[in-house]
Amino acid sequence: MSGQTVPADFSGHMLDLDEDEDLEVFSKNTSLADGDPMPNSPSSMVNQYRLEEDEEQQDANTKDLFITVDNPESHVTAIETFIMYRVVTKTTRSEFDSSEYEVRRRYQDFLWLRSRLEENYPTLIVHPLPEKFVMKGMVERFNDDFIETRKRALHRFLNKISEHPILSYSQHFKVFLTAQDLASHRKQGPGFLSRMGETVRAVANSVRGLRNRPEEFSLMQEYVDDFSNKISSVDKVTQRIIKEQREYLDELKQYSPTYTQWAGLEEELEEPLKGVASCVERCSKETEEQIHHLSEVLVPALHEYVLCAETLKAVMRRRDNIQAEFEAKNEALASKKVDQEALQEEVDGLADRVEQANNVLKGDWSRWQNSMRTDLKSAFISTAEKNMEYYEKTVGYPES
Amino acid sequence: MVTPWFQPLGACADESIRCASSADGNSQMMMADSGSNEEVAVIGNTDITSTESENNIINTMVERGTALLRKMEINVAEAEKRMGKNTVNMQETYTVYLIETRPAEAVPDGGTPATPDTLWRRYSEFELLRTYLLVTYPYIIIPPLPEKRAEFVWHKLSADNLDPDFVERRRVGLENFLLRVASHPVLSNDKIFFLFLTEEKGWREAVLETGFQDKVDSRLKSLSASFRVKNPDKRFTALKHYSDELNTVISQLLRVRARVADRLYGVYKVHGNYGRVFSEWSAIEKEMGDGLQSAGHHMDTYAASIDDILEEEEHYADQLKEYLFYTEAVRSVCRKHELIQYELEIAAQDLAYKKQQKEELVTGTVRVFSLKGMTSKLFGQESQEQRESRLAALEQSIQEGEESLKEKNTESQEFVRTAWEDIERFKEQKDKDLREALISYAIMQISMCKKGIQVWSNAKECFNKM
Repeated sequence: MSGQTVPADFSGHMLDLDEDEDLEVFSKNTSLADGDPMPNSPSSMVNQYRLEEDEEQQDANTKDLFITVDNPESHVTAIETFIMYRVVTKTTRSEFDSSEYEVRRRYQDFLWLRSRLEENYPTLIVHPLPEKFVMKGMVERFNDDFIETRKRALHRFLNKISEHPILSYSQHFKVFLTAQDLASHRKQGPGFLSRMGETVRAVANSVRGLRNRPEEFSLMQEYVDDFSNKISSVDKVTQRIIKEQREYLDELKQYSPTYTQWAGLEEELEEPLKGVASCVERCSKETEEQIHHLSEVLVPALHEYVLCAETLKAVMRRRDNIQAEFEAKNEALASKKVDQEALQEEVDGLADRVEQANNVLKGDWSRWQNSMRTDLKSAFISTAEKNMEYYEKTVGYPES
Repeated sequence: MVTPWFQPLGACADESIRCASSADGNSQMMMADSGSNEEVAVIGNTDITSTESENNIINTMVERGTALLRKMEINVAEAEKRMGKNTVNMQETYTVYLIETRPAEAVPDGGTPATPDTLWRRYSEFELLRTYLLVTYPYIIIPPLPEKRAEFVWHKLSADNLDPDFVERRRVGLENFLLRVASHPVLSNDKIFFLFLTEEKGWREAVLETGFQDKVDSRLKSLSASFRVKNPDKRFTALKHYSDELNTVISQLLRVRARVADRLYGVYKVHGNYGRVFSEWSAIEKEMGDGLQSAGHHMDTYAASIDDILEEEEHYADQLKEYLFYTEAVRSVCRKHELIQYELEIAAQDLAYKKQQKEELVTGTVRVFSLKGMTSKLFGQESQEQRESRLAALEQSIQEGEESLKEKNTESQEFVRTAWEDIERFKEQKDKDLREALISYAIMQISMCKKGIQVWSNAKECFNKM
């Protein structure tokens, strides 16, 4: 897929270009060994403004990449034991050689994919992965519930990436979905030292501080901080509700047998007492289901967005770093102590990069907001419906 | 304001059902078969609250009650705090309750009801009345008073006697007590009870004049003594056993219910946190803001709704508590029977022994070891005179014994008869009352669920607008 020409049609359809290539020009890491050429195509920049429209188009009729994650299996080697998940891809995209793929991946492979994506697209919002280890849940690494939860989150992760107009065309993503042996691909990639250099530069820049963050990104930063607080609070409240429900359930379980016991003593009252007993039992059962639903639907959704908030913070930081680097070089230019021409070119390049990064972020931002709104809205609606169902079922019995 | 919850004997919701009663109110009330009709009336309309259904029953009560209730309406209208000096001359705060009585005449349309006669009583006076009734009518299951101290409370409820909610619930309980007594075929005719309702000042003296205090001690003794009865009436043994088991099961039920209430309170209140967080979150969102904010309001409503729900449930708990305390009254009637039976057995035993002694004296044989026999063996026989006087004394004693035994026998039989009559009455009352209580509990649960559906349906609409 090298040497692409830019289609004259900018009407908002997805380009066949591997947009990876364009962005890679602007990433710190220019020594990719993936073998992708890097034309600097201004037109592809234009297309990134159309992210929002693309998304709507895609939702409507162009979903052409279907991914499922399932079948977790324990894999034992001499050194370690880990879980492998099956990843099945079905697609009609032309850049894929086949229409169906099945591979096995472990959690570390997902981590690799995500960090590649973040590197290549520093100011895109890449959906978070489930956490490595859940301390709070007192869950053992290979506990069934934990594996199931993780599997679902990994599934969501890949689907989020596949729905993203830019990320889904990433070369790394394709490799992840198709390569039977991922290990060899993982070995290629930026060397450790160049990554270290990048981190050092980032730290140096952040210490310098940002001269002039544009207003809209300051607002965005504020929002990100507030959102992070609020979503964490909602998550905590939900966890607390589950805890209280569990304790309520424990007491309810003792309530019903007492009525049954009393029914055994009576004659006339036996019938109404047994009625109350089975009513309470019904209530118990429904409460159990309610707790289950909260844990399966609302908590994972909220938790994902708690992690998203952290991702957003990282994206903001990276954007700031890109700007900081530009500013540093720009200042050096002004000091007139160095080679003007060479530096000027570099500064111009960095300026473009800043603009690029900002625009990309802006585009992706509204996309993310919509996505967040949709996801959380549906989770809350589902919870409300479940609660209504709970009361409807519980009322059904006493009325009879 | 909550009204008493029980339906006095003889009152029927359906007026077409006949209840037999005699003018003096003493004979047994016939319970008509009204159970199924009432159930339909109550369950068919699940929208009425539990208090409403009770009011329906109360309204018809007066028409069919005892002679006393036909004459007057009774209620405990208010409670007030007073300061006064107690027995050790220290200042204390206590609560008094206002008892209102008014003639139970039908009020003509547009007319105003007659002003009631009123007097104030404190809880200790109610206790005195009840103790009097307990010793005076040992064969009757005396209605219990509301608890002295709050028990089986869940955390939010205070266990403080001066807490206004507790005072209010006690007021209702006291009114209930008076109505129970007033509708009892035997107790309603008691003079002291009548004075309790009508004579504020002279009542205490009147009670003490009855001399009931003397019987109090012996009653306490009989309750706590342990003795073996050889031949108790099996029905009483079974009843005591049932009463003890009922006591255990209701206690347990009340304990668990309190814990369940506690937990349910927690669940609802935590949802209030959603209200707060959604509100704060809505401030930073554009499109989602309105939906979040209004959803938050519904969460607040949901959290607040638990207070009313649990207050109504407290009412149900009070109904159970009344029967919990009733079990103690039942137990003491059974114990009284045992005591009477025991004394009867002892008297019979005594008599038999005396007769035995007489026979020995007459025939000169000593079949049974006795100290007299031994001493006469050791120290010589007694004279003929002595023997004859002893015989005469013994015969006298035997005659007295026989009379006493006959009396005790009659007393025992009378006790068994009257007690069992009251027990039958009580059983029917209990079955009816508790059935009503369970039904209204079910209605409460339904109402709670309906409210829940409403709130979440509203919340869902708000989420839809997000």
